[in-house]
Amino acid sequence: MNFDEHAAKSLVLAPAGIPVPRGQICRTAKEAAQAVGAIGPAAIKAQVAAGKRGKAGGIKPADTPEEAERVAAAILGMSIGEYKVERVLVEEQANIAHEFYAAVLTDTEARKPLVLFSTQGGMDIEKVAAANPNAIRRQHVDLDVEPGAVDFVSMLAGLQLGDAQASVADILSRLYAAYRRRDAELLEINPLAQLADRRVVALDCKFVLDDAAAYRQEDIVRFGAPAPMTALEQRGAENGLKFIQVDGNVGVLANGAGLTMTTMDVIRHFGGRPANFLEIGGEAYTKSAAALDLVLSNPGVKSLIINFCGAFARTDVMAEGVVKAWQELKPAIPVFFSIHGTGEDEAIALVRARLGIEPYDLMEDAIQAAVRAAQ
Amino acid sequence: MIMRRSSKVIVLGITGRQGTFWTEKMLAYGTQVVAGVNPKRAGGRHCDVPIFASTAQAVRDTGGDVAVMFIPPATAREAAVSAMEAGIKHLVVLTEHIPAQDVMAMHAAAARHGTRIVGPNTAGLVTPGECFIGIMPAFVPSVFKPGHVGVISRSGSLGTLVCLELTRSGLGQSAFIGIGGDPMLGTTTRDALAALDHDPPTEAVVIVGEIGGTMEEDAADYARTMRKPVAAFIAGAASPPGKKMGHAGAIVTGNRGGYASKRRALEAAGVIVADTPAEIAHALSGRNPRPRLHAAGVS
Repeated sequence: MNFDEHAAKSLVLAPAGIPVPRGQICRTAKEAAQAVGAIGPAAIKAQVAAGKRGKAGGIKPADTPEEAERVAAAILGMSIGEYKVERVLVEEQANIAHEFYAAVLTDTEARKPLVLFSTQGGMDIEKVAAANPNAIRRQHVDLDVEPGAVDFVSMLAGLQLGDAQASVADILSRLYAAYRRRDAELLEINPLAQLADRRVVALDCKFVLDDAAAYRQEDIVRFGAPAPMTALEQRGAENGLKFIQVDGNVGVLANGAGLTMTTMDVIRHFGGRPANFLEIGGEAYTKSAAALDLVLSNPGVKSLIINFCGAFARTDVMAEGVVKAWQELKPAIPVFFSIHGTGEDEAIALVRARLGIEPYDLMEDAIQAAVRAAQ
Repeated sequence: MIMRRSSKVIVLGITGRQGTFWTEKMLAYGTQVVAGVNPKRAGGRHCDVPIFASTAQAVRDTGGDVAVMFIPPATAREAAVSAMEAGIKHLVVLTEHIPAQDVMAMHAAAARHGTRIVGPNTAGLVTPGECFIGIMPAFVPSVFKPGHVGVISRSGSLGTLVCLELTRSGLGQSAFIGIGGDPMLGTTTRDALAALDHDPPTEAVVIVGEIGGTMEEDAADYARTMRKPVAAFIAGAASPPGKKMGHAGAIVTGNRGGYASKRRALEAAGVIVADTPAEIAHALSGRNPRPRLHAAGVS
């Protein structure tokens, strides 16, 4: 899950002892004017968990309360990426001498945390990496030998940071601790600025929480910004189901991400258009009734393929859920079954007896029939 | 990572609902389940298997060398590290949704102890006719039968489907290696490919991949050096880019890890990439698609 800048700074950086500018969250232009009155010349920054806020016009300076009111009024209500701006951060203006880049992230290929630092901050780090790979220092951390495993001072050797060196090393060490403490996937400060008064502060922050660790970060999860969802996707999420609406007309109910993606691929292969992704893998396989409800609620669905290939997910349990929901939902569209794997004999018998439908022996035949029925 | 009937298996979390269901299935299939672990039930028996207070005790008393985890995400790291410290050499991690930092800690511990982790989020390992470890329908005769094709799969459900298609075409399997759906795996597609390459009963290999990550591209580099034929199916050609489709590993961003990149890399290495799961079997057996598929509309 993503967090906006203010949440990242106040919930993750500041508690870790990393300096951040003074700032205030405002929901109206009036509040922004008052805030500038209190803290002086400021930056008005749209608070959305999207990148490129500056380029989208979501970050503007304001020297006076009047200017702040005007600027905040323009920013509040604009849309950046998929998000609508509902709050701005009014933050004291920084007199920047140097801009650095610092981040800790999960390197899935190395299967280790990776600490990154560059003296070229303030710009897109991918561009720095492409143009000048030597400008980026990289340090992997072995989780079996931490803490104290990372020597942040030697990581910075030769970068000529001058009087910023000690502060930067300290901030990197705190950033790494915060990454660990908060189960971050990514914790990035860009820019990490040395100000004219020589202090080093985090001017922006991006924090992505590992969704799998949300259960042990309960005190901050509610401040996160979940990705925008359609009403049906929302309903799925509330039932613990990963449902993604796609622009097609063949509904998909399958178990497991791999089989579901494959079902979508084969629909496409036979010239059809899948209407959704829906995973009832893992423990969610017991939720086939709620899943059927979701798929049938998707407007535009003209036929439905129910494709079960049970390994962990027992097809007899899934079929039972479908049969139960069927009595209530009474699907008005043609439904095609393919059932194999764990529990298949019971599942096939159940569908045959209770729904009067004969499951196809070959998955591809069932999908082809569903595609044809949707045309 | 190819299990034999001689493998001695310890089940962590044996007394839970799923642990019980699958331990019974494993035992019935012929897997040597020698111990279970549950501190509260130590000294007793479950599914007629002796229960120990710790993995260390189970290893000492039974000589178990493989552990399989039916353990929830919050305690998976602790259970895995204890098993590695107890000297377990093969650790099959079925658990899905383990926090990434715990997964990294498990891999770091595995490197120190010399443990082979399969998973996380794997459906397990099957050696048809011998034994299986995990949550695969090894016991369903339409899905698995002994033979000479090695199958590598990130997904349990899709791996099941592919084995079903192979069996239907008369192609039995020498081994099924479920590598798992986690973004950070202990055993990669390439690791499994190398193991099957060196496995005498295996005469051909099927890679069942997915969009996301670069494991299929890495495996292609190895496939290039192989004499055994390799076929592949990659799921996710029709998935919208930028969306996480369930498996945390299956995310498409830009070109990297996307369907086209994987297909290109595999084909350049001489791997036959099938458009549908059924076509894998046809590719390996050198037959054209069954007339039945084409006739489906007129029958």
